[in-house]
Amino acid sequence: MKIGKTKLALAAGLAMGLGTASASAEDTIKVGILHSLSGTMAISETTLKDVMLMLIDEQNKKGGLLGKKLEAVVVDPASNWPLFAEKAKQLLEVDKVAATFGCWTSVSRKSVLPVFEHDNGILFYPVQYEGEESSRNVFYTGAAPNQQAIPAVDYLMNEEGVKRWVLEGTDYVYPRTTNKILEAYLKLKGVPAEDIMVNYTPFGFSDWQTEVGNIKKFGSAGKKTAVVSTVNGDANVPFYKELGNQGVKATDIPVVAFSVGEEELAGLDTKPLVGHLAAWNYFMSVDAPENKAFIDEWHKFTKNDKRTTNDPMEAHYIGFNMWVKAVEKAGTIDPDAVIDAMIGVSVPNLTGGYSAMMPNHHITKPVLIGEIQADGQLDTVWQTSGLVPGDEWSDYLDGSKDLISDWRAPLSCGNFNTKTGKCGGETVATQ
Amino acid sequence: MRKFLVTCALVLFAALAANPAAADPVEDILTGFASSKYDDIEKSIDALAASGDAAAPAILDALSAGDLQVSSDKKLYIKGDDGSLKEARSGADATGEIPPGLKAVKVNNRVRRAIDAAMGQLTLLSPDPAKRLSAAASQFHAPDPAQLPAVESAIAKESDPAVKRAFEQARAAIILVKSDAPDADKIAAIGLLAARGDEDAKSLLDAATASGSPAVADAARGALKGIERSLAWWSAAQNVYYGLSLGSVLLLAAIGLAITFGVMGVINMAHGEMVMLGAYTTYVVQQAVMVAAPGLTDYALVLAVPAAFLVSGAAGIAIERSIIRFLYGRPLETLLATFGLSLVLQQAMRSIFGPTNLQVDNPSWMSGSMDLGGLAITYNRFWIILFAVAIFALLTLVLRKTALGLQMRAVTQNRRMAASMGIRTGWVDSLTFGLGSGVAGIAGVALSQIDNVSPNLGQSYIIDSFMVVVFGGVGNLWGTLVGAMSLGVANKLLEPVAGAVLGKIVVLVLLVLFIQRRPRGLFPVKGRAVES
Repeated sequence: MKIGKTKLALAAGLAMGLGTASASAEDTIKVGILHSLSGTMAISETTLKDVMLMLIDEQNKKGGLLGKKLEAVVVDPASNWPLFAEKAKQLLEVDKVAATFGCWTSVSRKSVLPVFEHDNGILFYPVQYEGEESSRNVFYTGAAPNQQAIPAVDYLMNEEGVKRWVLEGTDYVYPRTTNKILEAYLKLKGVPAEDIMVNYTPFGFSDWQTEVGNIKKFGSAGKKTAVVSTVNGDANVPFYKELGNQGVKATDIPVVAFSVGEEELAGLDTKPLVGHLAAWNYFMSVDAPENKAFIDEWHKFTKNDKRTTNDPMEAHYIGFNMWVKAVEKAGTIDPDAVIDAMIGVSVPNLTGGYSAMMPNHHITKPVLIGEIQADGQLDTVWQTSGLVPGDEWSDYLDGSKDLISDWRAPLSCGNFNTKTGKCGGETVATQ
Repeated sequence: MRKFLVTCALVLFAALAANPAAADPVEDILTGFASSKYDDIEKSIDALAASGDAAAPAILDALSAGDLQVSSDKKLYIKGDDGSLKEARSGADATGEIPPGLKAVKVNNRVRRAIDAAMGQLTLLSPDPAKRLSAAASQFHAPDPAQLPAVESAIAKESDPAVKRAFEQARAAIILVKSDAPDADKIAAIGLLAARGDEDAKSLLDAATASGSPAVADAARGALKGIERSLAWWSAAQNVYYGLSLGSVLLLAAIGLAITFGVMGVINMAHGEMVMLGAYTTYVVQQAVMVAAPGLTDYALVLAVPAAFLVSGAAGIAIERSIIRFLYGRPLETLLATFGLSLVLQQAMRSIFGPTNLQVDNPSWMSGSMDLGGLAITYNRFWIILFAVAIFALLTLVLRKTALGLQMRAVTQNRRMAASMGIRTGWVDSLTFGLGSGVAGIAGVALSQIDNVSPNLGQSYIIDSFMVVVFGGVGNLWGTLVGAMSLGVANKLLEPVAGAVLGKIVVLVLLVLFIQRRPRGLFPVKGRAVES
């Protein structure tokens, strides 16, 4: 039994890292927060847990919701995809939360999806993703590819005159699907196959010498070259360090990233990276009164005036306010009523406009292109003239371009095939 | 007309005198910077460069650094590092109140490119050879036929041979893109570019093969063949260098483990966290130095090496005394206990320093790269290779030449005999574990320069470290060296062919096959110690 004892010690050690659900009180509305607080994704997701706590706290100060206080239930899925499903089940069946805000990677979302559909829960997913999905129980407040990737490529093509493309990504579902869409889009725009280079690296990759060397070589063919980076998470810091050290300047080969925001840049000396780009729907530097108020509140809540804000935080801000409005509209927290009430709800976003929930459970957002500044902020250099509605089924992929999603009453379908006129049309395998 | 303007500009600039009569047009140009449209700013840059105003280089420098400010009445100011304001045109200190509506002039990549090109024209005759060199480079990268006379007059005046060569290459690039240059000139230019022999020359020559004149196209094709051959060699050499660099990182990560696991036989899953502690120590030391002695920030890393050794070493001794010494001879329990410990340490760091990455700056002597022939050598990787080799040599010396090393080897080879000779074996165990952990901490200093400083830093290296130690032969430092280098080089030679993901898989499969054939690794330890 000696081994048993050690195992116990180990289990205790594991338990130390996990957040525990707070005790239930009567007469509160519970809100689940499903973000990793330990493991590889903790770097990104912990902030989202904090911003949710702040939003719930603010709402309670305003008198709560339907006359009840909101109560946050925080669980820690520990960057472990199967654990996400278990924790989601716990939130829905044991804690009986009214809505859940959570997930970052697409794998974690795919892992909890059946749970939310089975238990009829509500999930708000705040991160930009590859699309090709629409569930009745999920509200996607992050960007779909047409709200981030496509406008970014358009910007490079029109403003920078880019002719040659490197699609560099981490090897998992989001970059692979996004790159598939981008490749199809570029070819449609007349870019020949030899001017597109696609490369994948593993999660947490840290030795970028060969990749950056190849990018330099690919870029010296006399045509203006750009890198579209879907590199995710920890691998970004060594990637940008290597770019800086090998002297890949933004004026020669700009890198536009879809997963690098203020938070990721905080761990970097950005002076060699000035001018590289990021495409998002929000930057901390946006000059709008709502944004200023939000940043002030955030600094007060975290008691740290150096904390940055980023795009997924804005997505939670929008999602939470939409949910509050929908619950008020429905007058109940009953999931079916709230899901129906959500469509058409419109709330202020942080860039000085309004975002509305579409019938396909995606929202309207402006698209901003920003350049990295020496102080680690992103400065908007271009933005769409109006709001772009999220398009879940890409128009550039075979099998997906005929699908639409509309969760309003008569249709109520996530993948309606306009060619065959049937719901449950062909879905696209996303590896 | 433009040629004439530029020549005028150069003459004016060489005289370094602001002509009062020309003041008005320049003031007009400067108001263009107040626009919020990049097009207008770009035009103003071109016009300013063409005007050749004496203040132009300073204004453009400030613009590219983001220090050029414009007030609401369209006056330009340059903000100094200390927050002082200077009038952009005259360079005089701004007096009186802070001008209303002061904001930085907006810059994007297009504007930056325009600045680079403008600086290339303005600094052709700069007294500073480094500036002339970068002017030549920017002329080379963006060859503009209109600049030919300016470049030729710069060549005539140049005395520095290296700068002169750069100017001549810039001239060759311009001649190649100039459609009406005579064939003989173009062929001479091709010869010059062939001698340069890098990727940039290759892309220029590529374009020249499509030339209308068959003689020029043939010469370009011939030159290309030679360049391609030599580039292939350089690229192979570059891959080997990348491999050595990856190998030295693996060596650093694994060398501490070679002592705790290799020499002592402790399966220490918390080894990666010792590396992480070292990286966090580097962060703390760098922050402390930045506050205490800002002038020494570049050398904070040197101070961090002993500090990281002490912190990780002390942590190692504490772990050995409190946990591991009760578990000697029970590898499964050691594995579980140290694994639990690694999670505790990660979470502790997350609680103390927060979950986000910490910024450890590269000192200036570790930033950038140099070209050695066709090799691009980045300074941070270069120093890490030297550092890894130095640590390896030092550790070998400690184990071979010091009393502690002798006692360590005695205890691991025959514990009871060593105890009978009066060696305090428990004490030696602690010190050995402390040494291994301390060396891991030093590795953390190096890794903080190339990787994230986050609680997960160690986790990503633990598998690789075990792989290196087992491959090289447990208990053999030289095995670890050879193991790390061969894994690094194999990985980097496979990467261009198979990609990073597949390359790594291939290396792992080969490793498994190798261990099947030779379970004791490359250099197995022979003798009685092995039997026990």
